[in-house]
Amino acid sequence: MSSPTSRAFATRGEILAFATLAVLLLAVLPASMEIFRLNLFGKYLTYAFVAIGLVLCWGYGGILSLGQGVFFGLGGYCLAMFLKLEASDPEATKIQSTPGIPDFMDWNQLTELPWFWVPFESLGFALVAVVLVPTLFAGLIAFAMFKRRVGGVYFAIITQSIAAILTILIIGQQGLTGGVNGITDLRTLKGWDIRTDEAKLVLYYVNAFLLLGALVFCHWVLGTKFGRILVAMRTREDRVRFSGYDVASFKIFVFCLAAALSAIGGAMFTLQVGFMSPSFVGIVPSIEMVIFAAVGGRLSLLGAVYGTLLVNWAKTTFSETMPELWLLAMGGLFIAVVLFFPNGLAGLWQSFRQPLMHAIRRHAPAGSVVADAAPEGGTR
Amino acid sequence: MSARTKRIEATRRARAFVILSTLLAAFLSYPALAANPTSEVNTTGLAVTDDTVTVGILHSVTGTMAISETGSVQAEKLAIKQINDMGGVLGRKIEVIQEDGASDWPTFAEKSKKLLVKDKVAAVFGCWTSASRKAVLPVFEQYDGMLYYPTFYEGLEQSPNVIYTGQEATQQIIAGIDWVVREKGAKTFYLLGSDYIWPRTSNKIARKHIEKLGLKVVGEEYYPLGHTQFNSVINKIKLRKPDVIYAIVVGGSNVAFYKQLKAAGIDLASDKWTLLTISVTEDEILGIGGENIEGAYAAMKYFQSLPNPNNQAFVKAFKEMWGDEIVIGDVTQAAYLGPWLWKAAVEKAGSFDIPKIREASPGIELETAPEGYVRIHENHHLWSKTRIGLAKEDGQYEVVYETDELMEPDPFPAGYQ
Repeated sequence: MSSPTSRAFATRGEILAFATLAVLLLAVLPASMEIFRLNLFGKYLTYAFVAIGLVLCWGYGGILSLGQGVFFGLGGYCLAMFLKLEASDPEATKIQSTPGIPDFMDWNQLTELPWFWVPFESLGFALVAVVLVPTLFAGLIAFAMFKRRVGGVYFAIITQSIAAILTILIIGQQGLTGGVNGITDLRTLKGWDIRTDEAKLVLYYVNAFLLLGALVFCHWVLGTKFGRILVAMRTREDRVRFSGYDVASFKIFVFCLAAALSAIGGAMFTLQVGFMSPSFVGIVPSIEMVIFAAVGGRLSLLGAVYGTLLVNWAKTTFSETMPELWLLAMGGLFIAVVLFFPNGLAGLWQSFRQPLMHAIRRHAPAGSVVADAAPEGGTR
Repeated sequence: MSARTKRIEATRRARAFVILSTLLAAFLSYPALAANPTSEVNTTGLAVTDDTVTVGILHSVTGTMAISETGSVQAEKLAIKQINDMGGVLGRKIEVIQEDGASDWPTFAEKSKKLLVKDKVAAVFGCWTSASRKAVLPVFEQYDGMLYYPTFYEGLEQSPNVIYTGQEATQQIIAGIDWVVREKGAKTFYLLGSDYIWPRTSNKIARKHIEKLGLKVVGEEYYPLGHTQFNSVINKIKLRKPDVIYAIVVGGSNVAFYKQLKAAGIDLASDKWTLLTISVTEDEILGIGGENIEGAYAAMKYFQSLPNPNNQAFVKAFKEMWGDEIVIGDVTQAAYLGPWLWKAAVEKAGSFDIPKIREASPGIELETAPEGYVRIHENHHLWSKTRIGLAKEDGQYEVVYETDELMEPDPFPAGYQ
């Protein structure tokens, strides 16, 4: 964590930590596992986009959102709509009553493509929509809430209800959205088969580079004046306001940024997993994503990535080895994190590394670590 | 005879015995090894060894669907145990890798890929909801696996990589409506269901059939999964007094729906009301309570109370393995058919290779099915009978009608779409 007064973009320690993660993602993981496992890790990394977004808006900005699944889902759906249209060419769907429209529309007696699906025939439009639709939606929510100074737990509850509303909407309008099944059976991207092993490898790398890029960007954002205002707002919002800053605008911006990151994750998810369904939009996945950030440490961008990887890897491994008991193991993991490492993996690392460093350098005694530890931020 | 010749004689006998027993041993192991070397019965690298074959079971054992899918897991394990006790498949014992779909469709996709790509299982018995099947379908088609899917479902699908051991919609609906029209003189119907593709597609078929018969649908409504407030629809039902309430409510909502019906004074056991459902098996009645649903009719292909000897043996074996308290619903029986149909296909094909099983599957029949007799259709669904059961207070159904003929599966019913 950079000290607020440091002018440098990153300290040596930060560069080292970032390089370690980059080597892990770009070399160690691809070299050490077969493509099936790598594809799973690719999927976990899509959640990491959401987790680093949460580090910005929750860890630094103090805005707890329990509805990040909404933006992850919207981003994923925007790309899934394009891919589904490509997979539904008249030749592939000639068995339907109306060939050329997605299969679930045909099952629901639709006879023509709904108007809002039409622009998604263009990849360019879909890519822009992936980022823009969730961001604008987030902006709308944030504008309505923060301009009225709704915050803290009330905001968390409202984001949660938005997640519930969107899930019900998607499930209810199954002719337009694929309902509870979601949009499945996505095959190609502009003729490129996304289901092959080579495609999975390429997509993994695209995903890893995007994530590393997002980390650098977020780190830069936190180092600017904006980052410092965020922390100030989290600690004493009223003072920042009295100092003449428009608190609401800063909050809107950081919430939109977190949403845009989640949306990119969602789109990458759709590409790598091959479908999108409302089970990523609702309350449960949204809270799960907060857990990823919490396990990693909500004040550490890199910690959030490690937390996401750890929780999902544990989920897969536990459920493969003990299909009937794995939820208990996961529950145990979460309880342990909250009880023993409230600052997550990053906090654990800090309290382990720093005494070590100090001991090596024979500087201050281990006790002085406390001063550098994360401030206990409330949600306001 | 001298002592020497006696000794020679004894040695000769001993030698002959050794030769004979070696020959016998070779003969006994012949079907397992000589006739079916692994290199011949498994040309695509599945998890088949000289004496084992690995299959996958993929259901939800955690999450909201666990209560429904547990019966399927139990049935599949029972069938596999029975097959192993009989000597396995092509002389190979079946080994099982079980994965948990966790009531979560993406997890189903992940686990199915693991079973096919990493474990190379020879077949997968699994899935329950349509959503989970839709999630795994591209995986099975891409890696050419074979899924035995047990649930009655909406149809509109026919994958070369799935054998559907449950009924598609027309097999449950058409004979059921014909029966209620004939027996109860029904003229008006009120359709309701949970809001997803199976109830909607089923009610669409029901409506078309009702209108073809020149009868009337007086209401059609859907409620989100997990919905528990049915008062408004119950009031509408009381107002319009349909001859038949046609209900396709699923999961936990059933408990609320039937309790509220009873509380509102709609007594299904009286002559005044008739309710026909295609979504409540003995498993669901456990949750609803027999006293709340007594008098309702269900259209299924299997009820635990079926009196045929196949079923009696099945119920006995099931209870021996899983306990006396257990109830067996329609889907559980369909799941039990999966391993048996797979075994029959492998033996007919003389191979574990998926393309050969696919080719061998149509026409395979099972005389020992608890539901009586089934046969695989060209379209990968089963020919089976439709039966009507009357719900009783003890949570069981009394079979009041069964079709004379097997119903043909028709996943893309012309005129009903």
